[in-house]
Amino acid sequence: MPTGTPAPPVFDGVADVIAVLVLLAEFGMLRAALLPAQIRLYAGQSLLLAVLAAIAAQQRNVPDLYALAVLSAVLKVLAVPAVLRRMLRDTGTDIAGSGVLGVATRTLCALLATAFGFFATAGLPIRAAVLPRTALSLAVAAVLVAFILMIFRRDVVSQAVGFFSMENAVSLASLVIAATMPFLLEVVLLFDLLVAVVVFSALIRIHHNRRQSLSTRKLSGLRG
Amino acid sequence: MSTLLVALLVVPFVAAGVCLIAPPTAGRILTAGVGVGSFGAVLALVTATRAHSVAAGFLRVDAVSTIFLLATALVYATVALYAIGYLRPEHVDRRYCRRILAGINLFAWALLAAPMVNGFTLLWVAVELTTVISALLVAIDDTDAATEAAWKYVLIASAGLGLALFGTVFYYYAGSQVLGTSYTFTFDALTMHSAGLPHTAVRLGFVLAVLGFGTKVGFFPVHTWLPDAHSEAPTPVSALLSGSLLAVSFYAILRFYQVAVATLGAAFPRQVLLAFGIASLALAALYLLDQRDIKRLLAYSSIEHMGILAVGMSFGARIAVVGVLLHVLAHAAAKGNAFMGAGVFVRAFGTKDLTAMRRGFTVLPWSAPLFLLAILALAAAPPFGIFRSEFYIVAGGLAAGHSGTVAVLVALVILAFAGLTWTTTALVFPADEAGITTASASLSSNAADGRTSDESIAKTPDRPTPRLGREFSAWLVIPPVLGLAVLVLLGMHPPASLIDLLTRGAVELGGG
Repeated sequence: MPTGTPAPPVFDGVADVIAVLVLLAEFGMLRAALLPAQIRLYAGQSLLLAVLAAIAAQQRNVPDLYALAVLSAVLKVLAVPAVLRRMLRDTGTDIAGSGVLGVATRTLCALLATAFGFFATAGLPIRAAVLPRTALSLAVAAVLVAFILMIFRRDVVSQAVGFFSMENAVSLASLVIAATMPFLLEVVLLFDLLVAVVVFSALIRIHHNRRQSLSTRKLSGLRG
Repeated sequence: MSTLLVALLVVPFVAAGVCLIAPPTAGRILTAGVGVGSFGAVLALVTATRAHSVAAGFLRVDAVSTIFLLATALVYATVALYAIGYLRPEHVDRRYCRRILAGINLFAWALLAAPMVNGFTLLWVAVELTTVISALLVAIDDTDAATEAAWKYVLIASAGLGLALFGTVFYYYAGSQVLGTSYTFTFDALTMHSAGLPHTAVRLGFVLAVLGFGTKVGFFPVHTWLPDAHSEAPTPVSALLSGSLLAVSFYAILRFYQVAVATLGAAFPRQVLLAFGIASLALAALYLLDQRDIKRLLAYSSIEHMGILAVGMSFGARIAVVGVLLHVLAHAAAKGNAFMGAGVFVRAFGTKDLTAMRRGFTVLPWSAPLFLLAILALAAAPPFGIFRSEFYIVAGGLAAGHSGTVAVLVALVILAFAGLTWTTTALVFPADEAGITTASASLSSNAADGRTSDESIAKTPDRPTPRLGREFSAWLVIPPVLGLAVLVLLGMHPPASLIDLLTRGAVELGGG
């Protein structure tokens, strides 16, 4: 029998697969041409996180994570996408503004960021409490890809979705290394996300009302 | 005392709700009352917290918190009084007045909550709340420039706070290695067990927190939202943004700094702050040399002062840390005054271009000298508070053996001094019709290119209504006079109780 690295336990394998899917959803948002598709990917990514939280709750006996999974699903899978979809309906725009770079170049940049995030984190002496450590590296990679999304897409909806998905990536990281954070704090963080979504939506509406467009190309009057 | 904490958390929030529905006049009086009352409540906390901390549920205030509360409450009180004159019915409509009064109270509520909450997660939530509330206030004038500034602000600051949340998670993880997987994530819990915290997690958490919260402090290179937001926001909001919001975000960094110093030793955290501080100070000093927009000038001055705070903390000596904490108070008073003065100028001249304000002393016999004194205070001229605080910081740097860094600090502060005073002395000179015409033409041309915010001037309370030699309202003059009195008091003879508070704050921050 050949010997080598032992196969990971089923739970770790499932968790890693879900973390990879979270990262892939991020790549999907980066290349999606239609804004509704981007919002669907965000909802899917959020659902993956909720499922991961529920699995971790069952496998590691952290009951708070069940409640977190349900709340997270209600808020991020249903409420936030609903707010964004309604806003899209009101503005009558489906197509995202074109990116600063082409899809291939954007994807290449995201791959480089992913490799950097993954390998830089892999070397850190941090032990995971609930989920396998690989998920932390994937979460850091997803944060960096979210930044690429915010920087290289020139429409306000993509940039907002980029921010919300970055929050998802940070949530994944917190599931890995701080899953037992008191439930009350998790709820407060989710509430805060809700407030941020409302404000982002309000500003997107104001922008659309003034410019009749969701593009950020015209937002170049100020010098920073 | 714990009742005071609860009142500080509840009353401004309730006032915000009342202002939304009450008649504007009642809203202005209520806001002024709550603002001044909040300042009185924080003053009452000074006596208690210079000896020990005060707690009530998830609220806890120690000396460091009280100093930042004082800065916030001072700006809140002066801005609330200023709003009585700024939001007079002849200048703004009822709906705008209601919304901005509610916004000021809500923003001040979030700013007061941040230094009062006990825990890293709650602190992050409070700072994020200040972002979303103030982003709406930046956009409230509903102009192209205001919308752009608000979008840039909310996106950049929220992305930065995402990193800060990451840092917070690393700190929680660090604590869980000593305190167990589920514990109360308070400041004390981590500082008391700092010896056993894993270094890598704390180091990562600290750097992410400095970068993340530093976005809101205005540290280079993540400062780009700041000049735009400060410039495009209505004047009372600009004063709160600059005088208080930046300081509150710096307070968040200080809480991470406390744990980092206790865990890693002083060298690493101080080097991180030094790097951000010097870079920010250098950038701001250079930009100040070439600023014509009165509000952008003040915004870059804020970046300069945040850089000074970071450099001061990096010195570590107790006198330097006392200087940093005094600087927070003095900067709040001076920047509040400067923005309030700038608001009057913009309203009187219908432009933000300083070179077009040459008749300043003739047009505004009270506001012009008060504004110039605020600029001198910001430039660290004696006898104002910032002179004293910067003197402490420099003395602390020399005492700690950082003479090279002190030399760089002093050189950059002198450069900033030159930029601030050179630009604003235009106000002193008599009218030059040719110069005014040239400046106006230049501004019109820029506006056509979409490069300045003149459009906002025509549509907001800052619109031009010049009345030669007459102030718009006594309520636009009284608050800067009060702020000036505070600046002179801090510079000439700070009260003994305040010195005690600052010293205790320095001890809490590990100054020594």
